[in-house]
Amino acid sequence: MRRRKFLRYLPLYLMLIPGAAYLIINNYLPMAGLVIAFKKVNFSLGIFQSPWCGLSNFKYLFSNDDALIAIRNTILYNLGFIVFGNLLAIIVAIALDCARSKFFKNVSQVIFLVPFLLSTVIVSYIVFAFLSPTNGFINNSILPLFGIENGIKWYNEAKYWPVILTVVYLWMSFGYSSILYYSTIIGIDKSYYEAAGVDGASTWQQIIHVTIPSLKPTIITLVLLGVGRICYSDFGLFYQIPQHSGLLYSTTQTIDTFVYRALLELNDVGRSSAAGFLQSLIGFVLVLGANWLVSKLDKESALF
Amino acid sequence: MLKTSKIFNFFVTLLLVLLVLACVIPFWILFINSFTSENYLVQNGYSLLPKEFSLSAYKYLWEAKDSIGRAYMMSIIIAGIGVTTNLVLTILFAYPLSHKDLPGRGAISFFLFFTMLFNGGLVPTYLVYTNIINVKDSLAGMIVPYLLMNAFFVIIMRTYFTSNIPSEVLEAAKIDGANEVQCLTRIVLPMSKPIIATIGLMALIAYWNNWTNGIYFLTTRTDLYGIQNYLNDVMNKATFLQSHMNTMISTQNIPNISVRMAIAVIAVLPLLIVYLFFQKYFVKGITLGSVKG
Repeated sequence: MRRRKFLRYLPLYLMLIPGAAYLIINNYLPMAGLVIAFKKVNFSLGIFQSPWCGLSNFKYLFSNDDALIAIRNTILYNLGFIVFGNLLAIIVAIALDCARSKFFKNVSQVIFLVPFLLSTVIVSYIVFAFLSPTNGFINNSILPLFGIENGIKWYNEAKYWPVILTVVYLWMSFGYSSILYYSTIIGIDKSYYEAAGVDGASTWQQIIHVTIPSLKPTIITLVLLGVGRICYSDFGLFYQIPQHSGLLYSTTQTIDTFVYRALLELNDVGRSSAAGFLQSLIGFVLVLGANWLVSKLDKESALF
Repeated sequence: MLKTSKIFNFFVTLLLVLLVLACVIPFWILFINSFTSENYLVQNGYSLLPKEFSLSAYKYLWEAKDSIGRAYMMSIIIAGIGVTTNLVLTILFAYPLSHKDLPGRGAISFFLFFTMLFNGGLVPTYLVYTNIINVKDSLAGMIVPYLLMNAFFVIIMRTYFTSNIPSEVLEAAKIDGANEVQCLTRIVLPMSKPIIATIGLMALIAYWNNWTNGIYFLTTRTDLYGIQNYLNDVMNKATFLQSHMNTMISTQNIPNISVRMAIAVIAVLPLLIVYLFFQKYFVKGITLGSVKG
């Protein structure tokens, strides 16, 4: 009987094999490989045979400010992205809902998603067209209008980059997140607005008392998902857009670019694996914590 | 939908128009400047209006078709193999999971889902792909790491199978003697075209836009670069040249501004065209993403 049952499901189990093999190679082996953060890697012995070295990689990691700066930048950028990203997305979603022309509504939705389709390499070309010190559109066409003739060397001045990167991030992502909010707004029962209208509520009052409360579950979910990913950054955004200019590291280095540079440019497996270990571990704890919070606040929108 | 006053509506329209412009103008700048003569660009910088029309950038692309055309072909090959394999793996993993009676289903789902919660990050992944399964400097290095299958697509696909394909249809087919493979290929797949299109489109975007695998895994075999890595390489050379004006490097091989804009235009174009045709599937993919598994 057992045997027959097993034979019945055998084709289904066989179908799982290729995907399972890929998940083991691509996801589970690297998880096990996190132990190299506690090892002194010797490639002739292999990853798992290398000798243990305790916490020395972590001590080395924090022996100067580089890692701390990367961690600070990652967290601050993510906080900014969460606040401004969601704010802009909600405003755009409400605006889309209020627009009267159906055609205009649809066309703007299609166009808003276009920046999201671009690779960060292409986006870096576009940003360079605006900011290039010699030929850039801003230095040549915009700044002279305000009487600044010599232009600004954007790729040499770290202080401008928090603003530039936030604007680029918002440009790339607002279409995606505003559509998430918009799809919630479409689902709001029209009778709420009618009832509010009969009671004499103004447009503002309807937005504040009907639309925003209906968006609450989506806002909570997206904010907490963002918090769960606060140790991670879009590698391309922080690596490509500033043209990996060393002068800008103080405001553009994040954990992901730090790990990449330590591993592939400096061949420093110790520091990069220690930084990566912290990122994975804290990331895991934050995802679980964020989901726990969501399930407390609103059981329906919990991820698992 | 909200009822709005005239003034409110004016500001709403203004905001949306400004955002539409913000999304369109950068492309406009790429496009216009790829058709502008290099002399004008060097003297006046990137311009918003068409000035001194010239096709020389596109002529250059045609003459350099050995290198640019090659990178373009590589992108097409990588995306073709990658998207096909991705869809096959995703379907094969999602279909068994859509059987509620499959013994061990909970454990397999967890095995899948856990990869979304926890990951090893770049260093161990890089070491696995260079020391245990070596994909360095090979076509596999562009296709296999990170992109071949992910839990998110599988969960969306599985949810679609369970909620859109009536189990009675599958039962009936099995009574008629169909095996699981026949059920999958003759019943489930024909009924799942929308979700296959959605996931195929998302995988296509991921492969077409990927350049990180190129910089991680291709060190000597730059002939395997796709168009994104080619563009990245061109930009690196150009910025290097700008910061080392006095060194003696041959400037011959580094495309000038209008040519760079032209390569960017042809790199964006295929994805834009696919997107315009299939955008309803794409929007569906985004809203599905907010549905939990």
